[in-house]
Amino acid sequence: MSLAERHIPDRLHPPLRRALLRWESLLLLVAAAIFAANAMASPYFLNAWNLSDATFNFTEKAMVAFAMALLIIAGEIDLSVAAIIALASTAMGAAAQAGVGTPGLVAIGLAVGLACGAFNGLLVTRLGLPSIVVTIGTMSLFRGISYIVLGDQAYGGYPAGFAFFGQGYVFWVISFELALFAVLALAFGVLLHATTFGRAVYAIGNNATGALFAGIRVARVKFVLFLLTGLMSGVAAVCLTSRLGSTRPSIAVGWELEIVTMVVLGGVSILGGSGTIPGVVIAAFVMGLVTFGLGLLNVPGIVMSIVIGALLIAVIALPRLWAMRRRA
Amino acid sequence: MTGRLVTSREALLAGALMLLLALVATRFPGFVAPANLARVFNDTAPLILLALGQMAVILTRCIDLSVAANLALTGMIVAMINVAAPGVPLAALIALAVGLGTLMGMANGILVWKLDIPPIVVTLGTMTIYRGTIFLISGGKWVNAHEMGAAFKALPRAVILGLPVMSWVAIAAVLAFWLVLTRTTLGRAFYAVGGNPRAATYAGIDVGRTQFLAFTLSGALAGLTGYLWVARYAVAYVDIAGGFELDVVAACVIGGISIMGGVGSVAGALLGALFLGVIKNALPVVNVSPFWQLAISGTAIIVAVALNARASRSRGRIILRRAEHAA
Repeated sequence: MSLAERHIPDRLHPPLRRALLRWESLLLLVAAAIFAANAMASPYFLNAWNLSDATFNFTEKAMVAFAMALLIIAGEIDLSVAAIIALASTAMGAAAQAGVGTPGLVAIGLAVGLACGAFNGLLVTRLGLPSIVVTIGTMSLFRGISYIVLGDQAYGGYPAGFAFFGQGYVFWVISFELALFAVLALAFGVLLHATTFGRAVYAIGNNATGALFAGIRVARVKFVLFLLTGLMSGVAAVCLTSRLGSTRPSIAVGWELEIVTMVVLGGVSILGGSGTIPGVVIAAFVMGLVTFGLGLLNVPGIVMSIVIGALLIAVIALPRLWAMRRRA
Repeated sequence: MTGRLVTSREALLAGALMLLLALVATRFPGFVAPANLARVFNDTAPLILLALGQMAVILTRCIDLSVAANLALTGMIVAMINVAAPGVPLAALIALAVGLGTLMGMANGILVWKLDIPPIVVTLGTMTIYRGTIFLISGGKWVNAHEMGAAFKALPRAVILGLPVMSWVAIAAVLAFWLVLTRTTLGRAFYAVGGNPRAATYAGIDVGRTQFLAFTLSGALAGLTGYLWVARYAVAYVDIAGGFELDVVAACVIGGISIMGGVGSVAGALLGALFLGVIKNALPVVNVSPFWQLAISGTAIIVAVALNARASRSRGRIILRRAEHAA
C-alpha cells in the first residue's frame, strides 16, 4: 500500500531507534496525564472494579490491533476486521440456535475468522491486488452475508458456559479478556521482536523487493499475517459475542477505523516498516482511558470520537511540526 | 498508451451495466422505462458528485475518507441556519455550504501537503472530528422537514427541462470534471502526480500542492452535496450519509480508478457510481431483500479490482515493476 512517497534509507538509521523509543515514552506520558486528569475529574475513577470495567473498552479491539500492527508494518492493511467479527459472531449465533455447545461455538468463531483471513490473503497474495481495496470489498461482503442471514433479527440464547469469555474473571478484578489481552500482547511482542518471522515482517515493510531477493517468502509471510488477523478477529468475535450475549449484523460496526487508529497511535507507520507492540499496548490503554474517563464525566460517545480523531492527528503532526521548527 | 486500455475498461463496465439493466428488465420491464431510469440517476446524483471529487484525490495517490462526514456537517450547518434565520437567501446558504466543504477539504489537504501525514490517517481523523462536530453543534437533535423553509427544500426537486436540479448539478459536475481532467494543466498534474510523483516533481509539478487542490475539490463537492442531500431528504441529523465514504470509494474502484494513483477517467467514476445506484434501486424491484445490497456491492468491488489488475498485468511481471519503483 504505497499511498505516499517512501524514504526508505531513513528508517534504517540508528537515531530512528531512539526516536521510536521517544515515541513510546511520549505516549506513556500522554497515558499518565490522562490517568491523572481522570483521577482528578471523577471520584469514581480510582476504583479497582471501575478500572477493570474500563479495560473492556479496548481489550477486544486491541487483540485485533496486535495482528493489524504486524500487517501494517508489512505494508498491507485489513479494513475487513470488524466485518469478520460480525460474520464470525453470526456463525456462532446460528450454531448456538442449532444447539452447539460452548467448545463448538468457539471453534466455529475461530474457524470463520481464519477462513475470512485466508480469503483476504489469497486475493492479496495470489492475485496481487492492493489490500486496501480488497478489504474494503470483503468488508462489505462479510458484513453483507451477516445481513443476508440475520436481516433485522438478532441471535441470542447462547449456552451459559459461553458467557465466561466476555464476562468471566480469572482472578479478583482480572477479567478473562484482560488476561487474554496480556497473553496475546506478550505472544505478539515475542513474534514481532524476537523471531525471524518478525524480522521478515519489518524487511517486507521496508522493501518488499529487497526482502524477496534476500530469500524471504514475501507472499507466504503476508498470507500468514492475513490469517493471523482473521484469527484474532475470530478471537475478538468470541469475546464480544460472549460479553454482549447476542448477535446483530451491525455488531462491531466502525471498529476497523478504531483498530487502525489504535495501531497508528501506537507509533506504527501507516506506510509500513516501523512500529512496536509495546507502542500498540500503550495506545490501547490511552484510548481505553480516554473513552472510560469521558464516559464517567457523562460525555457522549461521539464526542469521545472527536478526541480520538484529534489525538490521532496531533500525535503524528506534533513530532513533525517539532522537526520542521528545528530544521528552520 | 493508456487511452485504449481505459476506453476498453469503460466499455466493459458500460456493458456490465447494460447487462444488469437487461437482467432487471426481464423481471420487471418498468425499471428500464426512461422516467424510472431518470429517477435512478437522480437518486445516484450524490454518489456521482462525491465519486468525482474522490477520483481526483485517488488519482494523486491519496484517499479521502472524510467526504461523508463533511457532507453531513455542512448539511447540518446550513439546515440549522435555515431554521434559525429563515431570511438568509438560499444562494448565500449554498455558497456557505460550498465554502465550508472547501475549507474542510483544505484542512485535509494542508495536513497532507505541509505535514506530510499519510492521507488515510488524516482523513480517518478528520472524519471522526467532522462527524463529532455535528453532534456538538446540534446536541444530537434532528432538523426536521417542517422546520426547514419551503424554498430551501424545493431547489433540488425543482424540475428544469424534465430533470430535477439535483440531476442537473451532477451532469454539470461530470462535464466540468471532464474538462478539468482532460483540458487543463491541473488535470494533467493530477495524473502526473499519481503516475510517478518523482517524475512529476522533476517536470516542475508541486506534488503536495496538487494533492492539496484535489482534496479542496473533493471538499467543495462534499459541501455542495451536503446542502443538496439535506434539502432533498428534508432532514438533518448526526448520522446522515453514515458509511457513505465507502460507497464513494467503491464507486471509484468499480469505475476502474486505480487506488495506486494515476489511472482513471470521469466516465469510469460515473459508470461505477451508476452501477452501485442501479443495484441499490433494482433490488427491491426484483423482490430481493435489500439486505443483499451490501454483499453484492462488496462482491462487485472485488470482481472489479481483480479484473482491473488482470488488465494491467499483461504489461510485465509485477516484480520487475516493483523493483523499478524501489530503485
